[in-house]
Amino acid sequence: MKPKNQRLALLVLAGAAMLGAALLAMSALKDQAAYFYTPGDVARQGVPQGRAVRIGGMVREHSIRRAPDGLTIRFTVGDETDRTIEVRYRGIVPDLFKEKSGVVAEGRFQPDGLFVADEILAKHDENYRPPELDPKKGEHKSKSLT
Amino acid sequence: MMAETGLAALWLAAALSLLQLVLGIAFLRSSPGLLGEGDHPKDGGGAFQEPDSPSTERRSVPLPEASPGRIYAAAVRPVAIAQALLVGLSFLLLIQLFLRTDLSVELVAANSHTLKPWLYKFAGAWGNHEGSMLLWVSVLALAGAAVALLERRLPERTLIATLAAQAAIGLGFYVFLLFASNPFRRLDPPPVEGNGLNPLLQDPGLAFHPPTLYFGYVGVSIGFSFAVGALVTRNVGPAFARAMRPWILGAWIFLTLGITAGSYWAYYELGWGGWWFWDPVENASLMPWLATTALLHSVTVLATRDSLRAWTVMLAVVAFSMSMVGTFLVRSGILTSVHAFAVDPRRGAFILVLLAFYIGGALALFAARVGTVKEGTTFEPVSREGALVLNNLFLTVLLGLVLIGTLYPLATEAMGVKVSVGPPYFNAVAGPIALALVAAMAAGPVLRWRRDRLAQAARRLAIPLAVTALAFLLVLVLAPGLSILELLALVLAAGVAVASLAPLWGRNLRRTPLFTWGMVVSHLGIAVSLAGMASNAAFTRERLVAARPGETVKVGPYSIRFDSVQPIVGPNWTAIEGRLTARRGSRAAFDLRPQARAFFAPPTETSEAAIATRLDGQLYTVLGKSDAEGRWQLRLWWKPFVTLIWLGGAMVALGGFLSLVGRVRRGRRSAAREEAWA
Repeated sequence: MKPKNQRLALLVLAGAAMLGAALLAMSALKDQAAYFYTPGDVARQGVPQGRAVRIGGMVREHSIRRAPDGLTIRFTVGDETDRTIEVRYRGIVPDLFKEKSGVVAEGRFQPDGLFVADEILAKHDENYRPPELDPKKGEHKSKSLT
Repeated sequence: MMAETGLAALWLAAALSLLQLVLGIAFLRSSPGLLGEGDHPKDGGGAFQEPDSPSTERRSVPLPEASPGRIYAAAVRPVAIAQALLVGLSFLLLIQLFLRTDLSVELVAANSHTLKPWLYKFAGAWGNHEGSMLLWVSVLALAGAAVALLERRLPERTLIATLAAQAAIGLGFYVFLLFASNPFRRLDPPPVEGNGLNPLLQDPGLAFHPPTLYFGYVGVSIGFSFAVGALVTRNVGPAFARAMRPWILGAWIFLTLGITAGSYWAYYELGWGGWWFWDPVENASLMPWLATTALLHSVTVLATRDSLRAWTVMLAVVAFSMSMVGTFLVRSGILTSVHAFAVDPRRGAFILVLLAFYIGGALALFAARVGTVKEGTTFEPVSREGALVLNNLFLTVLLGLVLIGTLYPLATEAMGVKVSVGPPYFNAVAGPIALALVAAMAAGPVLRWRRDRLAQAARRLAIPLAVTALAFLLVLVLAPGLSILELLALVLAAGVAVASLAPLWGRNLRRTPLFTWGMVVSHLGIAVSLAGMASNAAFTRERLVAARPGETVKVGPYSIRFDSVQPIVGPNWTAIEGRLTARRGSRAAFDLRPQARAFFAPPTETSEAAIATRLDGQLYTVLGKSDAEGRWQLRLWWKPFVTLIWLGGAMVALGGFLSLVGRVRRGRRSAAREEAWA
């Protein structure tokens, strides 16, 4: 094979590989990307059933209740609208999970509107609010692992 | 005074980097071999004569002793070294300010506290945005100085172009530091006490992980500068590849260590029992690693066989671009990440401009000069080169998949849709490609350069293939019900471990070159790490319980008694400590003491997992909250062979180190031989 042809062949191969990667990524993203909902979004757009999504908002005051098993909790997430999402989670909540502070949870909506969380996302200090919830970016600092 | 001295040193270093750049350009302009920017590459004359082998390397025409060009050339190296010394001084002064807890400095007041243990005052210097950027620039300057001091193989013009490129990168980041992230700003009046360091960072890992990763991250800049230097002086060839290889290897070793250490740190500190979360910032460190790993393999092809010239240069540009993208993702605060220090859009915009400028500039240079890079030697598809091309393709595809997944949320957010991309995406797309890559890795080293036969290669791989088949049957029988990926990963790990030893068979082990050993150890490390990942995914046992003191919980082969909880006091925290006793059959019992810590500056709670390491795995325990009935939440994991993940990572880095020593030694020897002939 002539050097020039070989270079061309390699170029075509690389191009095809990148194209394949992009197609694979796009089709996987369609199924696997988790959309983010606030309580207001849920009220406006409804919720997808059985698909992994994230929700975020503020934990309402006096809303955290423990189930008798000592492991499951339920709480209410609200935002600036008067809509709320009811969340159930089984596990150890992150250290900064408390009432009247921001929370992001990943999980699925049940048919009755209850959100069953697989994971409550850890937040890393008292000043932190997820940027999704922060109307004025730049005022709050978030910091954590380097 | 100290802060002012630090700032002055930083300004001076910035000025020197500008000087370094100007001197470099002035020299290249005055040097006879060079074509001006406007010249057509096709009539470059002498500049085209690529060296065919190192012995016939073209020397640039010597300039007369006292010409300005000579003076520029003589000045560039000392300036690069002085610049590194100054910025190093500035960084040491910042550390000293942290050690003294000088609260009149804003950065110290915002991130430190008088009661913090010594180690965290020291490492806290880079546990914040400004300090970590100063570390970034320090490493960059240090890398430039190391090239100025140690690099003897590159022709002078290429070397000076390389140093000028390194200075150009540095300059942008000095401007960023001085105008948007000044670490030495004073506070007037100083506060009585500092804010303290985020407790999650108060761990010995902070002293090791960020500097190591930065050495790797920023060390990749050398590859970039070499590529730019070689493009500017039209000197892309095997000699250039041989000169570049040790530097890339060095950066790659640090990257590997940094990622491995970061993974273990996250594993034991966050208390989630996971070792990789596909967090954007983890991806930001993985992407340069993937690109550098590809570069390391393609540079070997270029050095040994003089193929893949343009591709190697392109990869060097891509690798550093990935470092820059990583810096942008981490430092801009644009992503919701555990690594984001400060949400400041101005800084993000600044880094984005730098990123666009450097990557765009390098790509433009590449596009302008790629025509002057001649095609290299050809090879058959079935050959070592062919396998390395396959390696590069898989790595590049992997890189593309990770990059798309990491940036996708940014792209959709710009269109008003918030999404997050996590493990479900990354595991689904990256897993199969990574396994294919590992399979190719088994075959590559037994293939001959230039041309080989599949049948012969298969014969050389007969034993690994047999082991793979045996492992397949064993796993099917002993551990039914695994997912396909877990099954394949376990089986491949066994086969690849054996195959990675194949280059040593039938060789006199004492006379085997050190870099061959390096390759074997690194490849074996990948297999070991893969085995750990697969075992952790397939065989982990987890229990989540609410237990009263006195109760016993079973997890995996262990039964764990929850004895009591005790309050304890540390230097800047108090904690509730769970006392657990773990038993396994008739073996001696041992204690585990997970803690729930409350720090008072800043007031934060963290949980400290208690982990017991055994030869066949780790027992991982976390203490949660208590409830009104006196029960405590306990989360317990038994993770068989999970430690292999990091052991493998360390082996990969060790292999790199062996290879580096081998290459440098051989380089010295051949240089000495050349001198003896001269």
